[in-house]
Amino acid sequence: MNIVVPVKLVPDLVEELEIDESGAALDTTWMRLMVNEFDDHAVEQAILLKERGGGQVTILAPDAEDVDDVLFTAAAKGADRLIKITGPFEEQVNNHALARSLAAVVEELQPDLVLTGVQAHNDLDGPVGPLLAEYLGMPYVGYVSGVTASDGNVVAQKEYPGGLLAEMEVALPAVLGIQAAEEPPRYVAFSRVRQAMKSADISEQAVAELDLSGSPTVGRMFQPEAGERATMIEGDEDEVATRLVEIFKDAGVL
Amino acid sequence: MPERADFWGIPHTWGPPEIYAYTLMGLATLVLLFRFYRRVSLWWQVGRPEMRWDQLQVRLGRLIRYAIVQTRVLRQEYPGVMHAGLAWGFFVFFLGTALATIHSHFFEFLRGNIYLLYKFVLDTFTIFFIVGAALAAYRRFVQRPRRLTLQNRFTWSLVLVVGIVAGGLLVESLRLAVERPEWALWTPAGWLVAQAWIATGASDATLTNWHLGAWILHLLTVVLLFVTLPATTLLHLFTGPLNAFFSKLDRPMGQLAPIAETSQSEPVYVSTLRDLTWKQLLDSDACTECGRCQDACPAFAAGTPLSPKELIVGLRDALGRDGPALVNGNGKAPALVGETIADAVLWSCTTCGACVRECPVLIEHVDTIVDMRRHLVIEGQVDTELQDALANLGRYGNSFGKSGRARARWSRKIKPKIKDARKEPVEHLWFVGDYASYSPTVTDITQMTAEVFRKAGLDFGIMYDAERHSGNDVRRVGEEGLFEMLVEENTAALSKCSYEAIVTTDPHTYNALKHEYPAEVNGTRPVLHYAELLDQMIASGQLKFSKKLGYKVTYHDPCYLGRYNGVYDAPRRVIEATGCELVEMPRHSDRAFCCGAGGGRIWMDEGEIEERPSEARIREAVDLDGVTAFVVACPKDVTMYQDAVKTTGHEARLVVKDLIELVHEAM
Amino acid sequence: MNQDIYVVVEHLRGQAADISYVMLAAARVLAQGTGGNVVAVLLGHDAQELADDLAADQVLYVDDPALAEFTSDAYEKALAGLVEENAPRAVLFGDTSIGADVAGGLSAQLELPLVSYCQSVRADDGALKFVSQICGGKIMTEGDLPDTTTLVTMIPGGFKPEEGQSAQRPEVTPVTAPALEDLRVTLKQYIEPEVGDVDISTEPILIAVGRGVQSEDDVEFAEELAEALGGAVCSSRPLVDQGWLPTARMVGKSGKRVKPKLYLAMGISGAPEHVEGIADSELIVAVNTDPDAPIFDLAQYGADIDLYDLIPALAEQIRQAKGS
Repeated sequence: MNIVVPVKLVPDLVEELEIDESGAALDTTWMRLMVNEFDDHAVEQAILLKERGGGQVTILAPDAEDVDDVLFTAAAKGADRLIKITGPFEEQVNNHALARSLAAVVEELQPDLVLTGVQAHNDLDGPVGPLLAEYLGMPYVGYVSGVTASDGNVVAQKEYPGGLLAEMEVALPAVLGIQAAEEPPRYVAFSRVRQAMKSADISEQAVAELDLSGSPTVGRMFQPEAGERATMIEGDEDEVATRLVEIFKDAGVL
Repeated sequence: MPERADFWGIPHTWGPPEIYAYTLMGLATLVLLFRFYRRVSLWWQVGRPEMRWDQLQVRLGRLIRYAIVQTRVLRQEYPGVMHAGLAWGFFVFFLGTALATIHSHFFEFLRGNIYLLYKFVLDTFTIFFIVGAALAAYRRFVQRPRRLTLQNRFTWSLVLVVGIVAGGLLVESLRLAVERPEWALWTPAGWLVAQAWIATGASDATLTNWHLGAWILHLLTVVLLFVTLPATTLLHLFTGPLNAFFSKLDRPMGQLAPIAETSQSEPVYVSTLRDLTWKQLLDSDACTECGRCQDACPAFAAGTPLSPKELIVGLRDALGRDGPALVNGNGKAPALVGETIADAVLWSCTTCGACVRECPVLIEHVDTIVDMRRHLVIEGQVDTELQDALANLGRYGNSFGKSGRARARWSRKIKPKIKDARKEPVEHLWFVGDYASYSPTVTDITQMTAEVFRKAGLDFGIMYDAERHSGNDVRRVGEEGLFEMLVEENTAALSKCSYEAIVTTDPHTYNALKHEYPAEVNGTRPVLHYAELLDQMIASGQLKFSKKLGYKVTYHDPCYLGRYNGVYDAPRRVIEATGCELVEMPRHSDRAFCCGAGGGRIWMDEGEIEERPSEARIREAVDLDGVTAFVVACPKDVTMYQDAVKTTGHEARLVVKDLIELVHEAM
Repeated sequence: MNQDIYVVVEHLRGQAADISYVMLAAARVLAQGTGGNVVAVLLGHDAQELADDLAADQVLYVDDPALAEFTSDAYEKALAGLVEENAPRAVLFGDTSIGADVAGGLSAQLELPLVSYCQSVRADDGALKFVSQICGGKIMTEGDLPDTTTLVTMIPGGFKPEEGQSAQRPEVTPVTAPALEDLRVTLKQYIEPEVGDVDISTEPILIAVGRGVQSEDDVEFAEELAEALGGAVCSSRPLVDQGWLPTARMVGKSGKRVKPKLYLAMGISGAPEHVEGIADSELIVAVNTDPDAPIFDLAQYGADIDLYDLIPALAEQIRQAKGS
């Protein structure tokens, strides 16, 4: 099976995020990028499928700082082809534009299956998967945590809240949004990645311009109030319980 | 004049006795050598080459110390005396027989007082041997400690050696019963037994016949010993000394070898017998299964699947099982790691080095375990928690998964700001380490350390966010590539600093910086543990105390400070200087019991265990009369033992204190 | 484009999801700004009664056997024509396994803008504002809904579900589904969650018990509360050490990392080893008799009250709240 996995890099949330002078975008000075964790699961799922049923795995990523490391890491895990999409990505790209750029490249690769992370934490205009599926004219199923391939279709295990799963049969070619690979993404030793840097090639495909339409314009960005000390609930047990029930309701857990 | 009589009482009916006796012994020796060669040739035919032939005089010294004097064996009283009786007895008998042969055929000297001395020494060792054998039998059949392998193989060896010595005694006593020399008291054991023969009232001719029977029996037992030796547990008579002779000389205990490479420069990850070196295979054949390693092992005590003994025995059995086929055929070596040796066994090791330190024949358990872990890591077979830690170390330079920029956040409270060693020269560069920097339990202590340093007028600085994890335990986990990267990054950062010595509070960091970093870091400038630095400052009068604390405390030796680097006295002197009374735990100094965190265990899933090593250790301390503080000198120990004090419910009884807390309090 | 706000009602196996009501509440805010109606779009088969408690001015009910269970393909086909023809001001979806599967495709197909991770909306001088929570909750993004039919996927937190419920039955307008043929996605079956011990790392509601719990029997106390709340009991280290709970229930450095929607910490002091495992929790509520317990630094809400007093009262009130 010919599997294509588009991955993207997102701001590392471990590092402090700052908002730039415009007040409507993240300050990139201190920002560190890392692979979207769901995309990492998509890569893992693709490799698992390849290990089970053979085929080829191609990883696609828009150009960004450290993207080579991400691609080589995927190669060390077992990906066969690495493609870096170059273009005017330095500016804040949105997922509509990204999906359009990806679609052009993916189409040429004629994949049977496209796996991508179900979401990323900075998807302000929706996740890449369903957009890409539509541009490619393929069906899409997201929140997938297991994939079984058979002739001409796949059965995807889709997650619903509360642990309920649905088995969806999806005609190929298709795009799946991966919530979790069947196995947690494997560990790749550093020397394996170094080895991949020597042996694997990253081919580049240029995208001339981006069509940014489809995303809202950000007027303002701000950080939520830093969590101070807990708001203490006063009163006897019944009063506390009453207040807690309200809080639970607000949080959508009741 | 008393003189040794050759082949006393042996008739010449079948020709001269020396002819057939020596022929028989010669043949037995050939069989022994042949069988021995068949076994040991597997080492180099299966294993990879490794250079262990240098510094022959040092090696010879080790051979004498560990194989003949047996200092390691003697470290434990009961088994020490037991083994010394058996082993030294045997050395002396062997030597005695050799001297007798020289006397018979080359140079007659066993006469007069020399002969009497000869007889006396031999006889004394006979008694010593009997004591040893009795102790061995009692241990094996009555005491039956868990660490022993209770199998007939060992009983057989014991029976065989006792049979030989008993045979010798029989022969001697029968001769004495016939000859009844006036100097008989010089051979007390023989003479005592001879009294029994005399008491039977048998004639000299009968006794001489019995003597002949005993002599033949004795000869045949010796032949039997020779012929079977390579297949018995007595093989260690050869492999033990060999292992001591070929033991590691090229690096200190705290330094692991880099990953070996094949002649084609391919890295070797140990997953089969073929990937081990001949010395590692020799290790397995040298094991006497005494179980001292297992007794000392914190992982075993905790109930993890690891017993260092079983691990080494597993290798030996695999060599015996698969070795010959590998040499003869060209079959693919069957998997060792994951089959004979389970992953969980390898991951259980804390690399505390207690086994290595205890082993009488100098087996290098930890090196082999790390070699095999390297295979597991390269294959990606690591548990999720460890994977997270390694990924964090790779990305952020710390196992906590926190931003590298937050590394010196603990120092914000310190005013004026601690010098940035990257920007101005400092006398002491303080390499803070992960736990001291990031662990919320430890940062108070880190701040206190800074305060003490400052009060003592130490000129020091830190590298702020340029510091990374030292890599000590990354390496011991088996992630050599990541270790190399951390070393590169730290070395690059250090090279931009101007300093005269490095100091750290973390023994793991200390070990890596001292032994595993390039010479530009540790070659000309000392790497100090803060216990050493404090000790120096106290000695020089730079650090003065105004109070005598007067607590009764105990001190836990961190593995990588004590066993690995021999720093036992410095922290004890510091404790003493603060006016505390130090009460040692039963297991202290090089026998100190590991907290369980080392070798990357702190990053791993604990697995099914019976008792955490840290809890066992706290119970050990609580048993000391009147001890109120458990002093540690390692940031990880602070977290490990504070936890253990809580989980064992001894919060009211015992407080975990870092060494710096005592110092701070006494200042 | 008209000024109505559409809400695509989410339901699964005969039950409307809470997010549907959250969206109706949000839609009301927007509709008040535009002067349009709140229109609920209900797709299903024999599912009309789900419309009963929707706080909508109108319900467009599309009934088709192919819509009996959710599949992205059928939903998208059914919605595309409806949205295109009616051109409402905005269409709200849940940012969920259902809504997020459909909204993107529609956005690309109909070339309509899409706003996701939207937590709240408001009408401001004629402009419709959204606030989205991105970067794992670390950054809030505010902006105007684009000046055309805009698709929005919503997360909970900004509105209460009750605000989207109504005792008054809305007007239901049946709409004929387009031909739902050649579907490329089909549901084969549902797989029920396994009964047996729970995986606390994926549980949305956790009742955590710590040293404040004095005996093994008291764990059952917590179980009772967990049952009422529909969550699972987990604990900090000491209780597992005591053997009162299996290791699988341990949270923290040597246990599991959890990321529930609600972490109710009962008698937990908040030792760093434990806190390490709960940092990803959305809401932490702590109950501890020690008002200085570090857990209160982390929790959003706290109460320094004896948990033995609180648990029965709380369990009772929760049962009442659920019953109503």
